[in-house]
Amino acid sequence: MKAADVPRLRVDTRRRLGGLEHRADFDLPLAGLTALFGTSGAGKSTLVNLIAGLLRPEAGRIVVGDTVFFDAARGIDLPVHRRALGIVFQDARLFPHLTVRANLRYGLERAGERARAPRVPFDAVVALLGLEALLERRPHTLSGGERQRVALGRALLAQPRLLLMDEPLASLDAPRKAEVLPYIERLRDEFDLPILYVSHAVDEVLRLASALVLVERGTVVGAGALTEVLEHPAAAALRGGTDAGALVYGVVRDHDPRYALSTLACGGFVLRVPRLALAAGTRVRLRIPAREVALALSPPVDLSISNRIEGRIEQLVQRPEPPAAAHLEVRVRVGPDTVLTAAVTHESAARLALAPGLRCWCLVKSVALHADALVLAHGRAAEAGGPAGRDGGPIATPTDHAG
Amino acid sequence: MLSALEVEALRLSLQVALVAVTCSLPLAVGVAWLLARCEFPGKTLLDALVHLPLVLPPVVIGYFLLLTFGTQGPIGGWLHETLGVRLIFTRWGAALAAAVMSFPLVVRAIRLALEAVDSGLESAARTLGASRLDVFLTVTLPLMLPGIVAGCIVAFAAALGDFGATITFVGNVQGETQTLSLAIYSLTQTPDGDAAALRLVLISLVLAVGALYASELAARRVRRYVGRA
Repeated sequence: MKAADVPRLRVDTRRRLGGLEHRADFDLPLAGLTALFGTSGAGKSTLVNLIAGLLRPEAGRIVVGDTVFFDAARGIDLPVHRRALGIVFQDARLFPHLTVRANLRYGLERAGERARAPRVPFDAVVALLGLEALLERRPHTLSGGERQRVALGRALLAQPRLLLMDEPLASLDAPRKAEVLPYIERLRDEFDLPILYVSHAVDEVLRLASALVLVERGTVVGAGALTEVLEHPAAAALRGGTDAGALVYGVVRDHDPRYALSTLACGGFVLRVPRLALAAGTRVRLRIPAREVALALSPPVDLSISNRIEGRIEQLVQRPEPPAAAHLEVRVRVGPDTVLTAAVTHESAARLALAPGLRCWCLVKSVALHADALVLAHGRAAEAGGPAGRDGGPIATPTDHAG
Repeated sequence: MLSALEVEALRLSLQVALVAVTCSLPLAVGVAWLLARCEFPGKTLLDALVHLPLVLPPVVIGYFLLLTFGTQGPIGGWLHETLGVRLIFTRWGAALAAAVMSFPLVVRAIRLALEAVDSGLESAARTLGASRLDVFLTVTLPLMLPGIVAGCIVAFAAALGDFGATITFVGNVQGETQTLSLAIYSLTQTPDGDAAALRLVLISLVLAVGALYASELAARRVRRYVGRA
């Protein structure tokens, strides 16, 4: 992850707007899809506008790759039209006086040097987004989903170095959303283009993102790989409650029809879960809630629980907020990239003398890992059986996860 | 069918109105832009100045024009001495009077159109690599077109009908500044002129209805062009 050759997005800005001090300070690799998550009004769009140059920070720096967009100290403020970003707005913003084709070509014609050897060719985008039949039509004759697809294509064709998507699905109803989501997955996977994806929709973030920037009341409170940032208190909404838990990446290895179980290879250990309707080789994400994990200090025998994962305690965490205050969260490293969290009462922790560095076994009941825990792979709101489910290609997590 | 005098008055009216609208249009777009999009000291003053012809008696405007653009006036004198151009008692003067009188109407229409242009589309264009001028020419201007057309039609009609400012500034010279309105006025002042005046009134009526119809047609086409229909 620390490879020096991966271009990075460095943002360190301050801006007062609407009585709220917006502060952002993060540094992320420009790769894959990074979700910018927060509740409505948290300041996500402000951050997008700052990066795009539509708003000017009062202080700070914005650097994308090796290009300085803004540097208050050095008096640099690259004009919007030279930043080479692609932005997909919530309200499509197609030019009503132009055909779909002319809309798509608008950014392409102004991409200058970058358009000479386009990384994202016109025909490929049209094919990927299924726009062939729409090319000669006018925006006002399109449905909401079609409009958003054209907007996606237009932003892609501007040959951006970074694609910013500002709640591209928020104005669509559920079926339209399900129509557009697979296209976003496809473009994320097919064009090697970093994406910053703004959303307050939990299912979109979990389905699409590999990294996360958390925004709360104007301030970026966390940024990093999804697995890490997901455990931040401000990400409670993403975790489906205040419950702690751990995000685990895995690949479906095989199915055991006899016991209706599937085996997931998770990098260092395997998990047995209730049978999944996924082909072997499919990448999945799995969230293991802390309350479903028990700890043992020796390899247990005579136990019904089939998932026993060896690891070493890294940390004991006491959350101050009421429901979580009753127990301790024990972080156990079980693989190079994986830390499981177990919820343990204070009494048990004292009895077992749990402490960092201690070797232990994490016990996870297979039945606890029912389909609900796997929503992360599908996106729960993908309306099982809806067009997204069928059409979305591999129901997969980003392939860029270091595994 | 039409007498030579009628044809002359009609042609002159159209010519004056057309020149007035064509010449004032770019300026009107500029002023509308300043008023709609910019903040600067003296903005209220500019706004008031633009609207003066709407609130002052036309005769007063004509008199102002006479003072400024007459051969003794600061601008008129300079024009006369350096370029040999004379505005008073000429059709160009009549066009100037018509332009000044219709200017607030054009600016209002264009300003409304400009304010109706979704600035989100403009910022979208900016992020797609278009400079400010590029955005204006390829996004803002086309989207303002319905307003510009509407403004032009209203201005054209107002320019056709101006009386007070024209007669005060350039007089009532048959064949040079005697537009339809002025010709009707002259005929009503002549004994036995009623019938001829009525014919000119009918011509005006046809012209007005024709202009309205043409504007409706143009507006519809433009709306379709900008994708709003």
